[in-house]
Amino acid sequence: MIIDHPLLGPRDIAEFICLGDAVLIERPDPAAGDAMDRFHDWLHLRDNPAGEHRELWYHEHGDRSWLVVTRDTLTHEIRRVELARDVARARGRGV
Amino acid sequence: MGYSAFRIVREALTGHRGWKPAWRDPEPKAEYDAVVVGGGGHGLATAFYLAREHGLANVAVLEKGWLGSGNIGRNTTIIRSNYLLPGNQPFYEWSMKLWEGLEQALNFNAMVSQRGVLNLCHSDAQRDAYARRGNAMIMSGADAVLLDRDGVRRMCPFLDFDNARFPITGGLWQPRGGTARHDAVAWGYARAADRRGVDIVQNCEVTGFLIEGGVCRGVETTRGPIRARRVGVAVAGSSSRVMALAGLRLPIESHVLQAFVTEGLKPVLPGVVTYGAGHFYVSQSDKGGLVFGGDLDGYNTYAQRGNLPVVEDVCEGGMAMMPSIGRARVLRMWGGVVDMSMDGSPIIDRTPVEGLFFNGGWCYGGFKATPASGWCFAHLMATGDPHPVAAAMRLDRFRTGAPIDERGAGPQPNLH
Ligand SMILES: Cc1cc2nc3c(=O)[nH]c(=O)nc-3n(C[C@H](O)[C@H](O)[C@H](O)COP(=O)(O)OP(=O)(O)OC[C@H]3O[C@@H](n4cnc5c(N)ncnc54)[C@H](O)[C@@H]3O)c2cc1C
Repeated sequence: MIIDHPLLGPRDIAEFICLGDAVLIERPDPAAGDAMDRFHDWLHLRDNPAGEHRELWYHEHGDRSWLVVTRDTLTHEIRRVELARDVARARGRGV
Repeated sequence: MGYSAFRIVREALTGHRGWKPAWRDPEPKAEYDAVVVGGGGHGLATAFYLAREHGLANVAVLEKGWLGSGNIGRNTTIIRSNYLLPGNQPFYEWSMKLWEGLEQALNFNAMVSQRGVLNLCHSDAQRDAYARRGNAMIMSGADAVLLDRDGVRRMCPFLDFDNARFPITGGLWQPRGGTARHDAVAWGYARAADRRGVDIVQNCEVTGFLIEGGVCRGVETTRGPIRARRVGVAVAGSSSRVMALAGLRLPIESHVLQAFVTEGLKPVLPGVVTYGAGHFYVSQSDKGGLVFGGDLDGYNTYAQRGNLPVVEDVCEGGMAMMPSIGRARVLRMWGGVVDMSMDGSPIIDRTPVEGLFFNGGWCYGGFKATPASGWCFAHLMATGDPHPVAAAMRLDRFRTGAPIDERGAGPQPNLH
């Protein structure tokens, strides 16, 4: 598989490490009243679809950026690659 | 009719015309006492023990493809009971005991071969960890022998003992571990269950659950609705998709695990050997091929094929442990989709939907579990209570803070 890095261009997946579902960016609010439940679901329960899946990849042997990769889990086809930073910012997180 | 040496001789003398199909091909009935979804090893074993141990005769196994098309026919066939944690070890040792009597119980040659499993260690710390694991095994009634370097050398002189970076310092050996013929395990359970009246229905995919007032009353299938008083799901790599049909989200991700076989060689390996400094395990099949594997590909997938970086990584592990393997040609490789759970351990439990039971999350290691998994799942489905050796394999263990994390990797499925 080749990941088309938004800054560096096409790179072999051997340069990356996959962390899993991109939902991990959306850490629940620890101050919320139902924080225990939310953290349990966020950390442990997975949608795990057969088809399009958004996930976090870390460019360990490269620029060490975090990417959000949208991939088809049935065909290995990569549909979209974004910097995790941009995804988080678009949701009003980070600086 | 049963299989016996006499029967083989008789068939040989009469042109092998007397062999019959090993199980029937029945039409599904409208209603059963119990339905098991998934005709892999675990589903078939569950049906067999439901019939034999709990006297349920009106049972069906529903399989979307053909028997043996899933992970039961894709794995590297290693059986062992060398776990550490109290939630796991007694369960796997019970499985080992069932393996030891399996062929007699099923009247089927599953080629169970207790040729031994040797885990190598490369440092003092790893040796201490193996000593502790060996003690945990012995406490559960299993067998374990801690070998020093010379002990390992006597058993496997072909390993790379002069490796400067990862010198072999010893190993943990389980003499009763070994291998079994994976397809034959499915066929043996299928035949034995069929002979006790279980309907094994192939080409019958479950597409939904009949849930009435929060109670599961059966399943929707590609061959029509089938009602049942209890439904047990054991669908290996499809767990998330199938349980989503009942509205459940699971602590599971689907990952591909690859396996490899070389050309046939003369006997070289005495048993199963695993590398302690990387992830690599190898045994030799009865036809002579080296059967080996290593890590997962590490990202969610339902494609039953992997990618090349892991092929390279697995082969590097093999070369580091046993340089002579470099001369062997790989004939075949394939992948299977496994349920990676958040702590690397399985789930055998009731679900929030009454009458619906779940068995899954076997990660890398569910083949060895086949007999005990079937035994415990049948117990749960028949009695409503968990079997004592599987009592820790709960669905809610992450919520209650009681995960069974053998690897100590936390909720990171691709690391287990
Ligand atoms: C490459 C590889 C190597 C492995 N090596 C080992 C090893 O050496 N030792 C070990 O202990 N374990 C090993 N494992 C793990 C082990 O194979 C599995 O954990 C175990 O076989 C899973 O249980 P099963 O046999 O019931 O699954 P399967 O055989 O996969 O059975 C599940 C069945 O459910 C069916 N199904 C799915 N969805 C539906 C539906 N909607 N309706 C009806 N049927 C459905 C599937 O078609 C399938 O036949 C390995 C796995 C892989 C992939």
